[in-house]
Amino acid sequence: MSNAVSTAPGPTAGVRNSKQTEQRKAALAWLTIPALFFFLVFAVIPLAGVLILSFTSWDGIGAIGAAGLDNWFSVLADPGLYNALGLTFLIMIVSWLVQTPISLLLGVFTAGSQRYRAVLAVLYFLPLLLSSAAVAIAFKALLDPNFGLATGLGLPFLAQDWLGVPHLALSLVIFVIAWQFVPFHTLIYQGGVRQIPKSLYEAAQIDGAGTIKQFFHITLPQLKYTIITSSTLMVVGSLTYFDLIFVLTGGGPGNSTRILALDMYLRGFRANLMGPASVIAVILVIIGLALALFLQRLGGKDKQGSQLEGL
Amino acid sequence: MKQPQTSRRNFLALAALTPFAVAATSACGTSGPGASSGNGGASMWFLSGEPNQTNMQKAVDAFNQANPDNKIAITFFQNDAYKTKIKTAIGANQAPTIIYNWGGGTLKTYAEANQVEDLTSWLDQNPDLKKKFFPSTFSAATVNGKIYALPNMYVGPIVLFYNKELFQKAGVQPPKTWDDVMSLVKTFNGMGVAPFSLGGQSRWTSMMWLEYLLDRIGGPDVFKAIFEGKPNAWMDPAVIETGTKIQELVSADGFIKGFSSITADSNADQALLYTGKAAMMLHGSWTYGPMKKDGKNFVQDGKLGFVQFPTIPGGKGDPKNGVGNPANYQSISAKASDKEKESAKKFLKDGIMTDTMIDAYINSGSVPIVNGIESKLNTSPDKDFLNFVYDLAKNAPSFQQSWDQALSPTAAEALLNNIDQLFLKSITPQQFAENMNGTLGK
Repeated sequence: MSNAVSTAPGPTAGVRNSKQTEQRKAALAWLTIPALFFFLVFAVIPLAGVLILSFTSWDGIGAIGAAGLDNWFSVLADPGLYNALGLTFLIMIVSWLVQTPISLLLGVFTAGSQRYRAVLAVLYFLPLLLSSAAVAIAFKALLDPNFGLATGLGLPFLAQDWLGVPHLALSLVIFVIAWQFVPFHTLIYQGGVRQIPKSLYEAAQIDGAGTIKQFFHITLPQLKYTIITSSTLMVVGSLTYFDLIFVLTGGGPGNSTRILALDMYLRGFRANLMGPASVIAVILVIIGLALALFLQRLGGKDKQGSQLEGL
Repeated sequence: MKQPQTSRRNFLALAALTPFAVAATSACGTSGPGASSGNGGASMWFLSGEPNQTNMQKAVDAFNQANPDNKIAITFFQNDAYKTKIKTAIGANQAPTIIYNWGGGTLKTYAEANQVEDLTSWLDQNPDLKKKFFPSTFSAATVNGKIYALPNMYVGPIVLFYNKELFQKAGVQPPKTWDDVMSLVKTFNGMGVAPFSLGGQSRWTSMMWLEYLLDRIGGPDVFKAIFEGKPNAWMDPAVIETGTKIQELVSADGFIKGFSSITADSNADQALLYTGKAAMMLHGSWTYGPMKKDGKNFVQDGKLGFVQFPTIPGGKGDPKNGVGNPANYQSISAKASDKEKESAKKFLKDGIMTDTMIDAYINSGSVPIVNGIESKLNTSPDKDFLNFVYDLAKNAPSFQQSWDQALSPTAAEALLNNIDQLFLKSITPQQFAENMNGTLGK
């Protein structure tokens, strides 16, 4: 029955049936109005505003003047944009590579039911409770080469200039992001693992499959959509890693952690260049859309269907 | 990031929203009284950090008690955060009645956008108020011949501080020339002490080095040409020599390890000096008060030394020249109501530079920008430092305002970014000059 609603009724459908469908469709349309309203107010209108701003010159304080395509040409010719784009994608990819295996394994582990796991799970989830700004301030204080953890514990090898050397700062940013967000994705995987029917494992055990075989042949395939969900959140979310990096490094040293979102902010609110900042914002939107669509395609057309069919 | 749904529309919305969510959270803070203050008085934003925060709070409390109809509501912000917040607030017409600023290029942007009151006629009506301050302090408050801000508080030249104890231990004298600087770097590195403390992540801290070096090498005219936007003004050979000297100093490990990850807002750079981890620090005179307060008895025991910036062999600049902040400034928002403006003017005139406040500034180790304070300075326990600053400010043939304040916000941000890269040696002095040259007139 539910399938009949989503597929268009064929010419052979009864009059009564099609009338019912029409009514249901109308009711569903009304239900979308609140969502559409918020989408309009918080997404479409600001998006249009930013698009318009990207063709103007405005210092954020005085009058707005038309600039034509100047902002676009100047931003696209600016090596700073490509540096920011490269860093954004680098952080996105490395973050995914680091976070996915860790949170997958932790998720599988914490999905078990023994009591000590519950205690560990609480510990794992602690970073999730802290705000990014607090995380950044705490790490900054701990890593201070002169007054930080290294001096406190008397471990001179830890006293690196963590946030002052470009490649160290970048690695550190990726580490702190992982530290903060692995718990969230662990939670997603934990939920995913708990959805897998026990009967699958029981059947595998009868067939003589060990834990590792069970993981690769049951858990991993069953988690396909969980992986896609988690990856989408990671990838799209990585476009907005702003607060943490802003507080931790401010984009520095030099431009070594100046990702796209931060570049937009610094251009707009520090350098008073709202036009070029809006160009970056539009580029961010385009990248975000493209990535989200790409990941949805990865899920395949049958993604709305149940994974449990046939059981 | 926290959207658990997976339908395509939600993702489209999520993807479309994300940049704005960032922009929105940074653009509209929730705190701050905004333009209206409710009780008919005025609102004011000011910088947090001691001892100024307490002093200003006391001034506001005293003023509010005496003027119940013109109460001032004050909110405090950290330095770097404030600089961003105030610009955004002004752009959104959410500015406080009294706008704290540093004069110069930022004030010019405000004035040209008609966001701040023209105070010229008010000052003409109150000649006593105008005559109270050092005349030189008005230049950074003047845009196109009109005065848009009232100078306030104290003068803040950049001073070379040093740790006397470490200098005694090493048996050396404070530097008089650039060669002295380079040889002291060797001496202190040999002792395992960092030669210079620097809060490089704040970037304006590194800028102070360039300001003095350029002045000593090329004289004040080089920056004057830059300020006036003359063609190729940044390509002056003095700029390139300045950059070269900086990179020499960085290469010689002149600055403390990890300087580019230290921020000035936390005063960690000052702590490095008074804890003996660094021997010298080039910083504003405003750090004297905090060091006196936080440095145990470092200042009180006479361990803090201070000298003028050294000379450069063959340089054109007068060694008496100063750089820094001629004063702090307060403007009045043009968008405020008449009643709010009236309260604000009353506070600026009667509330800030009262005798009590002048004494409070002197007690905290600052030199107020008012005339006739010589006798007061001489009775203070900090008279050595106060007289040093007073003479520096008064006798300087040229007193260059801090570059990030003198230039427009756009040029200033480019400057700070390029300085950061210059200190990291990721660009050459030549590239630095070329990059900055592209910002002329912006």
